[in-house]
Amino acid sequence: MSDPTRAEVCAAAVADAFADDGEIFGSPMGIMPMLGVRLCRLTSNPDLVLSDGEALFLGGVPPLFANADVVEGWIPFRRVFDVVAYGKRHVMMGATQIDRHGNQNISAIGDFDRPARQLLGSRGAPGNTVNNRTSYWVPRHSPRVFIEQVDVVTGVGPKRAKQAGPAATKFHDIHRIVTNLCVLDVKGPDDTVRLLSVHPGVTVDDVGEASGFDIHVAGDVPETRLPSPGELMLIREVLDPKGLRHREVPEP
Amino acid sequence: MSRPRDKQMTIDQVVAELRDGMTIGIGGWGPRRKPMALVRAILRSDLKDLTIVSWGGADVGLLAEAGKIRRLVYAFVSLDSIPLEPLFAKARQAGTIPEVCEWDEGMFATGLRAAAQRLPFLPMRAGLGSDVLVHNEDLALVTSPYADARGDHEQLVAVPALRLDVALVHLNRADVHGNATYLGPDPYFDDLFCMAADRAYVSCEQIIDTAGLTVETPVQRVLLNRMMVAGVVETPNGAHFTTCTPDYERDERFQRHYAQAAGDDDAWAAFRERFLSGDEESYQAAVRAFHDEEEK
Repeated sequence: MSDPTRAEVCAAAVADAFADDGEIFGSPMGIMPMLGVRLCRLTSNPDLVLSDGEALFLGGVPPLFANADVVEGWIPFRRVFDVVAYGKRHVMMGATQIDRHGNQNISAIGDFDRPARQLLGSRGAPGNTVNNRTSYWVPRHSPRVFIEQVDVVTGVGPKRAKQAGPAATKFHDIHRIVTNLCVLDVKGPDDTVRLLSVHPGVTVDDVGEASGFDIHVAGDVPETRLPSPGELMLIREVLDPKGLRHREVPEP
Repeated sequence: MSRPRDKQMTIDQVVAELRDGMTIGIGGWGPRRKPMALVRAILRSDLKDLTIVSWGGADVGLLAEAGKIRRLVYAFVSLDSIPLEPLFAKARQAGTIPEVCEWDEGMFATGLRAAAQRLPFLPMRAGLGSDVLVHNEDLALVTSPYADARGDHEQLVAVPALRLDVALVHLNRADVHGNATYLGPDPYFDDLFCMAADRAYVSCEQIIDTAGLTVETPVQRVLLNRMMVAGVVETPNGAHFTTCTPDYERDERFQRHYAQAAGDDDAWAAFRERFLSGDEESYQAAVRAFHDEEEK
């Protein structure tokens, strides 16, 4: 079997973010989060609850974008909101910008009243971050994404949550930020972004250069683990035989 | 035998009920099961200064481009397979929508629920700490009268009722009285839109008799009851180019054509002339001709 690619390292890192979640709704936005969550369900956390991203809970674990085989439940949008408030959910969202304090922006670039670039809108980010565990996936780690201060706060970081009071912190839980270079969290000093591991072939300096603010580094930073041969087989043969992961994260 | 009243209308009769400055809720979700035939009819009308409330897709893009929107209440505007709605983005970047209220998408459901229950607001966690509260200065907090286990009186967002003058929704089947079924995977929030509105108008793929609504269809799929509905219009393919599962899926080819045209002034003028200059019948004919040409 050939060596793991960067995309496959990312998939295993996403899977690890959901490994300790137990029996909750794993809710991925985008291809890599979807791949990682399905890998997790097939390996470290068989209790994880998956959906087709539309309205059905899946009993089985189909390949990316395949039709559901066994259905185990119904999750239309109205019930997604119910589960967000219920709390048994871990969402991994995208992020056009993330700042030093782990605030996320998917709304607009520039001045909100007259944006230079209109993005999706706040979507569910404000509600997600104060209700259930939230992680982020960033396919292209760059100083334009990791920016000193986001233009619009859609996903709420821990410092902003604390400023908003107990109702905002009670269930607030930013868990992981997985990028094409590294794995981070928001547990640095003063609730800042902190480096947890660098992917094989990436240095701590590489991450620094690709970031628009100083990411907190404490001591020796380990390498992100490689996927096992079993995981590689699942990624390559079962979940993503078309190799969509490499379109999102090409080999460096 | 007495029967409930017949509420069948034409598209133009529905639009004739609308007034400048009204608050109009549009059902569906993003690029899914949108009452597009009714939206297209609003584009053709001289209505103006509307407040539009929508989990937005091309409905919002088209109405914004046509200058119909004075105030927009939304949480996102997206075509899904094309993440950013091009006409909406253009309008935002040009500053042509005078007032925007960008909420969290769950807050939106809560606001509709408050309106449907005739409450002034409902409390929610969503919004706390985010710029939703910065950019919507009218959103207020409410303090819980009850202490939690730690003795804190939590401060929550008081999501105001999203009261609507009119709701426009598109369902798969309806009877002439306004009972209506969704046959796809998701009801979205069309019942809430109707209950949040003073008057709700339902367009549908097909009008059938009442008994037919539950033939081979579980009664749980009858989402709308006639007491929530003021008028019913049959508009086959009326959600085009959004999904109307299982009657049809999203017209991805047409959507790509729309998005490409939206990026260029001349191409957009040609698109508008070809598809949006006539009535619904001529729109549907132009779409058929588009597909015939593409398949050659």
